[in-house]
Amino acid sequence: MNVDLFITCLNDALFPRTGEATVRLLERLGCDVRFNAAQTCCGQMHFNSGYQEDALKLVRHFVETFRDAEVVVAPSGSCVGMVRDLYVKAAEWAGDETLLREVRLLAPRVFELSEFLVHHLGVEDVGAYYPHRVTYHQTCHAMRVLRVGDAPLKLLQNVRGLMLVALPNVEQCCGFGGTFSVKNADTSTAMLADKVQNVLSTDVEACTAGDNSCLMHIGGGLSRLRSGTRVVHLAEILASTEQEVFA
Amino acid sequence: MSAGGIKPKTTFQQAAKVTLANSQMRRNLRHATTTIRDKRLRTVAELPDWEALRDEGARIKDHVLANLGEYLLDLEASVKRRGGHVHWARDAEEAREIVAKIAASHGAREVIKVKSISTDEIELNAALERHGIRAIETDLAELIVQLADDRPSHILVPAIHKGRAEIRDLFRAKLGAELLTDDPKHLAEAARVYLREKFLTTKVAVSGANFAVAESGTVCVVESEGNGRMCVTLPDVLISVMGIEKVLPTWQDAAVFLRLLPRSSTAERMNPYTSFWSGVTEGDGPQEFHLVLLDNGRTDVLADDVGRQTLRCIRCSACLNVCPVYERTGGHAYGSVYPGPIGAILTPQLLHLEDKNANTLPWASSLCGACYDACPVKINIPEVLLYLRGKINEAKPLSAEAVAFKTVAWVMAEPHRFEGALKLARTGQGPLVKDGAIHALPGLLSGWTDARDLPAFPKQSFREWWRASRER
Repeated sequence: MNVDLFITCLNDALFPRTGEATVRLLERLGCDVRFNAAQTCCGQMHFNSGYQEDALKLVRHFVETFRDAEVVVAPSGSCVGMVRDLYVKAAEWAGDETLLREVRLLAPRVFELSEFLVHHLGVEDVGAYYPHRVTYHQTCHAMRVLRVGDAPLKLLQNVRGLMLVALPNVEQCCGFGGTFSVKNADTSTAMLADKVQNVLSTDVEACTAGDNSCLMHIGGGLSRLRSGTRVVHLAEILASTEQEVFA
Repeated sequence: MSAGGIKPKTTFQQAAKVTLANSQMRRNLRHATTTIRDKRLRTVAELPDWEALRDEGARIKDHVLANLGEYLLDLEASVKRRGGHVHWARDAEEAREIVAKIAASHGAREVIKVKSISTDEIELNAALERHGIRAIETDLAELIVQLADDRPSHILVPAIHKGRAEIRDLFRAKLGAELLTDDPKHLAEAARVYLREKFLTTKVAVSGANFAVAESGTVCVVESEGNGRMCVTLPDVLISVMGIEKVLPTWQDAAVFLRLLPRSSTAERMNPYTSFWSGVTEGDGPQEFHLVLLDNGRTDVLADDVGRQTLRCIRCSACLNVCPVYERTGGHAYGSVYPGPIGAILTPQLLHLEDKNANTLPWASSLCGACYDACPVKINIPEVLLYLRGKINEAKPLSAEAVAFKTVAWVMAEPHRFEGALKLARTGQGPLVKDGAIHALPGLLSGWTDARDLPAFPKQSFREWWRASRER
């Protein structure tokens, strides 16, 4: 299957290992992986911050870049959530009928990594090996916008050597919310404090999730406390094998 | 005492700073919202047709909103036919004058009230006081808030932020109750003794309305304590204040909401007291009935294609109880009688997006979406939040933030600009990086590093890696 990668601007700039892991994992599963270097950012940050006109430039750019893709896969629930849920609104609010038509054709072909693996490829065991105690943080957009359900948990349960520990209050937001963490820093910090406390209560080596934006937030809190618990993207766990540990 | 109203005195950020520092309130809120959250999920799961019921609720409300004028005229005709009076209030000022005049015309020195958020919206209590009339809240939690000279912090549980010990001290001081303990049974008894006397001696009552059925002119209040029933049956005169969006065409429609509301609000299968009254009945109940139909910004909300869904709200407070922001900041941070996610979209709209403080509310959300999942009438709160953010930004003069976003969009619109910016950032971050991470950022971004580290830009971006390893 031809898979077009959407690496997302945050991963591209700050977390390239997640992108590499996604490539290795998909290739191991027999996908023909492509990276269209014209891609930049989905525009979520702009759209969510109330700069919809600016976001529209990036929406158009995304649609142009991926118009001919068979499927697009991204290691980020929130960016895929933007494309699948909000691109339609962006086009509607701008009153752009042509864009709306294009979005309606493209958006259903854009997937978050774990839902692509489990719901699209039908794979639950990706042959990974990761001998660590891990807890899984359910990210809001993957859970409530994309409805990925237990796809990430199924994948983690099949990782050799991995001991999965349930995270208390797993359904609660970590408080990142893009610019929310800066604009409402006090409230965001209070939410983060509870999330970090929950992670630490599981006594794990690492907290994983399908989104580096949430992990950057949780990891930023864990690091500030010098907690000794790290964060690692789901793709990096799934890409790890006995020959090559990714994360 | 301040009855609240809908105009926040400060920005959400400033108000949240104050409430976040109150650790007792944080504990009370966490306990209360967690309990009701879990209970709601269990009660909702009992109904196999819950999703269909939500759809039906949303459909009925949308139909009413699309034909609001017609149904309100039907309601007015039905109420008059039953011997009641109907008043139309364009804004808060008109509404409180109508109520005050009616009460004064009966020579009332005191009126009893059943919990009504619309009367808080119009700051009725303070207005009555100016006419020399004392309003007495009869809902237990509202009474607590009133005695404490405080403001409600929750739509349904106005005193959610108060602990039992605080209430005991309050009743001792204000009601002269001889309370030895903070046992809820004793606290309730002290309130009962006080309120019973008020029910039996007060001639004028003011209520809100959960629904009104247009076909029969029937107004409905749903409550848990029975104090509301006392209010709407014992006095001689009853004045009900109702937002215009609360009208429903038929009893069949009302039946849908009587199923949706209790499970969403108190997580009960059925609420304990549901009172209906249609005009007046000789020899039974109040002999004079007034219905005040309140607009106060609602027709403007109605006129907006995206914002309109806000008026589907049945004030169940399910969105408050699941909201991680509300759970930490409490209702007071929202500065309006409508707190939580619904308040964040309703308050600024009722104020026509012209109030600077209220306009900070659409940003009081991490967009986690829990409110949309919980809403019994499927108001897409995240969507309205984003929409309002856009409208508010559009109306503002160009800010430093707007310029920053515009610049980023320009950079991101072309991959070579993005790559150039990455290289620049990698060089520029030098002085900020310590041990591979950034611990302090300047200016606007310092909010992040007050409590969190940030990873530094790595030596190689993904696209550089791809080029180096794949395109050799």
